[in-house]
Amino acid sequence: MAVATRLRDLRYAFGENPLTAVAAAIFALLVLCAVFGPALVPYDPLATNSEMRMAPPSAAHWFGTDQLGRDIFSRVVVAARLDLGMAVAAVTLSLAIGTALGAIAGYRGGAVDAVVGRIFDTIMAFPLFVLAMGIVAALGNSVANIVIATVIINLPFYGRYARAEVNIRRESAYVEAARMGGNGAASVLARHIVPNILPPMMVQASLNMGWAILNAAGLSFIGLGVRPPEAEWGIMVSEGASYIFSGEWWTFVFPGAALVLAVFCFNLLGDGLRDMIDPRRRT
Amino acid sequence: MIAFTVLRRIGGSIPSLIGVIVVTFLLSRALPGDPAVYFAGPAANAESVQQVRESLGLDKSWPEQFVRYIVDLAHGSLGNSLTTGQPVMSDLIQRLPASIELTLAALIFAIVVAVPLGVLAAARPDSAIDHLCRGLVTVGAAFPTFFIALLFVYVFYYLLGWAPQPLGRLDEIYYSMPQQVTGLLTVDTLIAGDLDAFRGALAQLILPSIALGLFALAPIARMTRASMLAALGSDFVRTARANGLSRRTILFTYAFRNALLGIVNTMGMVFSFLLGSNVLIEQVFGWPGIGSYAVSAVIASDYAAVQGFILMMAIAYVLLNLGVDLVAGLIDPRVRYEG
Amino acid sequence: MNAPPILDVDALSLDFRTRAGRVKALDGVSFQVGKGEILGIVGESGSGKSVSAFAIMDLLDANAEIRQGGIHFAGTDLIADGRVALDEMRGREISMIFQSPRTALNPIRAVGRQIEDVLMRHGPMTRAKARERAVAALARVRIPDPERRYHAYPFELSGGMCQRVMIAMALACEPLLLIADEPTTGLDVTTQAVVLDLIRDLVDSSRMAAILITHDLALAGEYCDRVVVMHAGHAVETGPIGAVLDHPAHPYTAKLIAATPSSAESVETLASIPGNLPSLIRDDLPFCRFRDRCERRIARCDAEPLPVETVGEDHTVRCWRPL
Repeated sequence: MAVATRLRDLRYAFGENPLTAVAAAIFALLVLCAVFGPALVPYDPLATNSEMRMAPPSAAHWFGTDQLGRDIFSRVVVAARLDLGMAVAAVTLSLAIGTALGAIAGYRGGAVDAVVGRIFDTIMAFPLFVLAMGIVAALGNSVANIVIATVIINLPFYGRYARAEVNIRRESAYVEAARMGGNGAASVLARHIVPNILPPMMVQASLNMGWAILNAAGLSFIGLGVRPPEAEWGIMVSEGASYIFSGEWWTFVFPGAALVLAVFCFNLLGDGLRDMIDPRRRT
Repeated sequence: MIAFTVLRRIGGSIPSLIGVIVVTFLLSRALPGDPAVYFAGPAANAESVQQVRESLGLDKSWPEQFVRYIVDLAHGSLGNSLTTGQPVMSDLIQRLPASIELTLAALIFAIVVAVPLGVLAAARPDSAIDHLCRGLVTVGAAFPTFFIALLFVYVFYYLLGWAPQPLGRLDEIYYSMPQQVTGLLTVDTLIAGDLDAFRGALAQLILPSIALGLFALAPIARMTRASMLAALGSDFVRTARANGLSRRTILFTYAFRNALLGIVNTMGMVFSFLLGSNVLIEQVFGWPGIGSYAVSAVIASDYAAVQGFILMMAIAYVLLNLGVDLVAGLIDPRVRYEG
Repeated sequence: MNAPPILDVDALSLDFRTRAGRVKALDGVSFQVGKGEILGIVGESGSGKSVSAFAIMDLLDANAEIRQGGIHFAGTDLIADGRVALDEMRGREISMIFQSPRTALNPIRAVGRQIEDVLMRHGPMTRAKARERAVAALARVRIPDPERRYHAYPFELSGGMCQRVMIAMALACEPLLLIADEPTTGLDVTTQAVVLDLIRDLVDSSRMAAILITHDLALAGEYCDRVVVMHAGHAVETGPIGAVLDHPAHPYTAKLIAATPSSAESVETLASIPGNLPSLIRDDLPFCRFRDRCERRIARCDAEPLPVETVGEDHTVRCWRPL
């Protein structure tokens, strides 16, 4: 019954807004690139070729080649794995940890709530990208640290939402019933409250994915995190930026366009999910 | 009564300021390995590292280090920069006006475009303007700031030649720097009466401020449109219509002033974007502000400079949020009376 | 009724165009309001009472469409020419007050200024004069200390006071007709009486007419001169309040009366009306929309459109088998 309703919702959401279907198709394409990219690309993304350096787009090299003669198309496709991987890891961890912290704070109240609240407030007191810069600069220049930084700066969004929702539900009838049935706090939270707040949190997460990608790419652009010769969209744009003045636009436009496509796709998917789950909140 | 609320709000910022100072302190000590090595720099030998360790008090206990950090801050000292050799504080102060000018210009651009767009989109649902607004919001939220900035430079400087070369705030071959009054070149050149230099400074400012402002435009336009739609559909607007108030009065005095509340509440997030993206834009356009300073510091592992930058940005953000809160209190009398 | 009515609604039919279909919210609704009288419009939620009022005042969304019928006010056609006549008349000759008075006032504007806005709009008037008259309007609705209360915001006032402010705004330009849409819903019983007494006094003293929309038959009984009973977008019975309450002609009216608690009844004798309002989006709506809930139904009810039967002095009913 629930599946049938969801399928009907899906069809309505796609029909209502064909863009959502387009976004879903792009998402599928991106996942394809991320998972199978390295096996499918025509050239080795790391292979240099000094004779073919800075070649404009052609039949042989669809996106042209960069300053070391590497095929940009192959690099853009393969970079999907790293960029999407970082974003998915960051958002998943943020969602999990943030929800857990927020739920506990909302359920327990008191000192725990105050401390967790203070942690969230302090994170939010920074301009988020600046805080991410600081964390990566402090912990060291690596992909793992980009993920950690992104997780930290996103915690408050999930945490506050989870806390508010748990607060509302804490006194509701079915929670009372579960408590009276002898279930401990963790069990009540895990089995009764959290499953109910997950759908809107998932909407938050999908809307957040786009932002996580931009954040990671921004950090790479200024030289934090990903190092050459790794293929990652942000660092590719950064490397290509030096060649604007000689007119070799393909070095930065294609990886940049890939970024735009990915973020756009996740934003639309998030909107579509939100319309499906809570049509009242449409803007 | 109002003064009391203002003081209360200012007091409410203090925990945030404390939190920010504590976190920047922790970040500076959470470095992998020996902090003294980082502060001494890549060219140091064991002896100078030990000197640095002692002079910065890195061999003391953490609470002692924290107290020393606070004392230094109270004296306005953020340590010395490895790359410039100067005190970080004076580096930052010298470069701050450039960043302020850029961010201010971007903010003005974003508001001047986004608010009327959102109002018109809400007043004429499903019209061309409404679709333009919604399209801009969706697309604007997807473009990375640095990519837009590079596209701008490529199209408007390289291809079309409309914009000047992105080498900073003023092309000093053609124009002379004015006497520093506010630090904002556009203002100072006008004060000095040098209209040529004003035009030069403005020309350099346009591209980076629009690139920076575009990212702020999306949330402002979205919130304006949503708030206006909510206000126009509200009970009190219906009462106003029933009483025959003119379309203009309803749109501006009734709907828009109420919508302002939603817009002001978005500004916190908008400032977060602006201050963060500032770094990226300054990097692309070679803008001599604190953002590009921070990027060079990060690349050179100049930790004192990086921390100083983060602390300054964070304090600026806390103050900006305080300002937003106070403005919200001005617009909405209900907010004034709550805790 | 001897004098021509101030408001004449004639066979008004109104649809809402929605994605799921057309909602036939009003069908052939007719009633009149005479000068100086209070007409009550009663019925369940969803019966079309408020929709009728909003249709008169042109406050409905763009998807509302008047399919047929006419609305005439003091001789002027209110529907013609894209409803342009209403632009000048709203707030000046016809006014309306709403339920939930707190949300119906601008939350961030002083109540006195809001009254002033209405006065200035229908001017010509100077700021100072408007202010004077706004304070006078507040005094007229018996708000204590009107000079000070002029500067108050809605959130600082009680529900009853907010409703009085709304009445002050609506009456600021001395209209000929006041429409009150459930003005006392959400207010406590004492405040209800105060507000309605105020409305009745103002009507009596100025010879203004009023429409009182309510789901509470007892309230209508106490304050109205005549009443229109509505059910599912139909005006099923119209007449003097005494006649309708004592000798209801439509089965629905009788059921409504039986369902209304009064001090003489006990809970056991309260009757509920079986069934629900029919969905108005169906294509196959019957001629009589009450027939699924009516025990007096005959074959004729399904076969022919409803008549207008006169059952007493100025008392009409739309039924093939009136009581």
